[in-house]
Amino acid sequence: MERTPRTHPVKSWTFDDYTSSYIRRAAATGIYDIRGGGSKRRLPHFDDLLFLGASMSRYPLEGYRETCGTAVTLGTRHAKHPIELDIPITIAGMSFGALSGPAKEALGRGASAAGTSTTTGDGGMTAEERAHSTKLVYQYLPSRYGMNPDDLRKADAIEIVVGQGAKPGGGGMLLGQKISDRVAEMRTLPKGIDQRSACRHPDWTGPDDLEIKILELREITSWRVPIFVKVGGARPFFDTTLAVKAGADVVVLDGMQGGTAATQDVFIEHVGLPTLACIRPAVQALQDLDVHREVQLVVSGGVRTGADVAKALALGADAVSIGSAALIALGDNDPALEEEYRKLGTTAGAYDDWHEGNDPAGITTQDPVLAARLDPIQAGRRLTNYLKVMTLEAQTIARANGKSHVLNLEPEDLCALTVEAAAMAGVPLAGTSWIPGTTHGDDI
Amino acid sequence: MQQLDLDRQSLREVNATLQAQSDHTNQPMWEIVNPKGAHAIACGLDADLDVTIRGSAGYYCGGMNKRATIRVEGSAGPGLCENMMSGVTVVDGDASQYAGATGRGGLLVIKGNAASRCGISMKGIDIVVHGNIGHMSAFMAQAGTLVVCGDAGEALGDSIYEAQLFVRGSVASLGADCIEKEMRAEHLERLAALLEAAGSTTDPASFRRYGSARTLYNFDIDNAGAY
Repeated sequence: MERTPRTHPVKSWTFDDYTSSYIRRAAATGIYDIRGGGSKRRLPHFDDLLFLGASMSRYPLEGYRETCGTAVTLGTRHAKHPIELDIPITIAGMSFGALSGPAKEALGRGASAAGTSTTTGDGGMTAEERAHSTKLVYQYLPSRYGMNPDDLRKADAIEIVVGQGAKPGGGGMLLGQKISDRVAEMRTLPKGIDQRSACRHPDWTGPDDLEIKILELREITSWRVPIFVKVGGARPFFDTTLAVKAGADVVVLDGMQGGTAATQDVFIEHVGLPTLACIRPAVQALQDLDVHREVQLVVSGGVRTGADVAKALALGADAVSIGSAALIALGDNDPALEEEYRKLGTTAGAYDDWHEGNDPAGITTQDPVLAARLDPIQAGRRLTNYLKVMTLEAQTIARANGKSHVLNLEPEDLCALTVEAAAMAGVPLAGTSWIPGTTHGDDI
Repeated sequence: MQQLDLDRQSLREVNATLQAQSDHTNQPMWEIVNPKGAHAIACGLDADLDVTIRGSAGYYCGGMNKRATIRVEGSAGPGLCENMMSGVTVVDGDASQYAGATGRGGLLVIKGNAASRCGISMKGIDIVVHGNIGHMSAFMAQAGTLVVCGDAGEALGDSIYEAQLFVRGSVASLGADCIEKEMRAEHLERLAALLEAAGSTTDPASFRRYGSARTLYNFDIDNAGAY
């Protein structure tokens, strides 16, 4: 008997395999999914921008002969001692607790050798990271874990964390598996409990209070070091405006691709703005206040390559900050560990259960056996190499656009490959003079 | 006694002078006149000084103090003695919100009332309030002791960790995971010592003790209603 032809089985676009697995996991556990890292969804990003390069209208610099500067100074507005960096790439705040001791040491070693800064995280400053970081930014977080005036005075800058890109409006999270004896002592918490730190600072509310808080921190540190204010990508124009009004020397702006040690997946993927959408509004705010370059802008969230660095700077940032990329340089999600990742039910490149503390690379763990796998000297060297490669790449692009310093890159050097990226970055769609959202493309 | 005058000297000059004092100074006694509600007075001190502020202070008075004794002959604004490490602070009047926030040590005495969020995120400080305290006090309090001789506002000790709370008067309501606990001899002894240090003659036996039920220390979906 002849079989009736049937259409090919079709899975729902709405209820795809991942979504169905999400529903089954939620139904089985009753707990929302918690993970580390930043947004994994496809977002408009630096990849959607291109540099135009030089031709008749722009004069390029010789690639290996003419100097292209990379040094940046952060905190020139009020601090007696601004931070002088050799490269415009810094290491973002990541806590001891979220990361192992060797990982923090490696970050300090790698950043220092490349002439840049690293940053503490929720949980305070460890003696090891201070010792291995020539320039260390001390984060001042809502939890105030480990906060004390002695460490505050040892810092080269203070970063008041209002929010972060992975979870603007959310507080820190470190689950019991990673609350070891030392982490518990630093945070004044019982060992083994889930630590959910506050999302708001305990002793100030709003920018008017923040202005006074900044005054207090400056008084305690004798106006010596710069005060950074870090915000997650939410309302970058207004947040930047208010941070400047409150007295920030530096605004750190973190888009939703920026990573976190642990939070709810629904938070990471559904709250906040892509990094690309954050930069121009923040720069506009600085320009409106006539403090662009006087108050420096550090952008983070998904910065991976020298091209990303150059694009962020061209859009008006003074420096970038990397976190997830730095961890990959140390050895996170290395395919060489694929067998162990599979035992954890994942695969290299997708491992994000950082909160469970089972990282086979020894980075996002407090297990002493796993942590001992990471050689901080070798890992630090890898980070230095990576930072140098990114810097060389950014210089290559800057020279190709006729710039003798990477900070001379400008939006006019860029075009966008998509309408969305053109609108977000405020640069013309490639081959046109059209910037979506502007009324007169002819003005370009 | 050495005098600093905020009518004639800048805040920076006043704080820098006090911050420059060492334990070996022969000038441990200081007074600050004309504070007029200025912010960040006497913050970041780190020596065995005795500093009297002749009037009311603004935000963050005595912030991050180490070892110094600070006396406020008036009231204090928000964030009094935030992140205090050690030493003693005594406020004759009232304290605004966040008094003793995140404090890690030392003794803070408020002879009047304290507003909301007194002792928020406290991490080892001892706070004695002769009067009442406002709502959400001792929120996420991790360690240390909060003594209230009067009444406590709503949601006392919400999400509390291991801090100990003693209240003599009424408690409008307890926050999530905060419960009344048995008052044992060691608690009475501790309470008596703190009351004496704070200059209170209140009978320790007239207080009730509160602390963490520890049911929210590790996430459990069946506790979701408490979050």
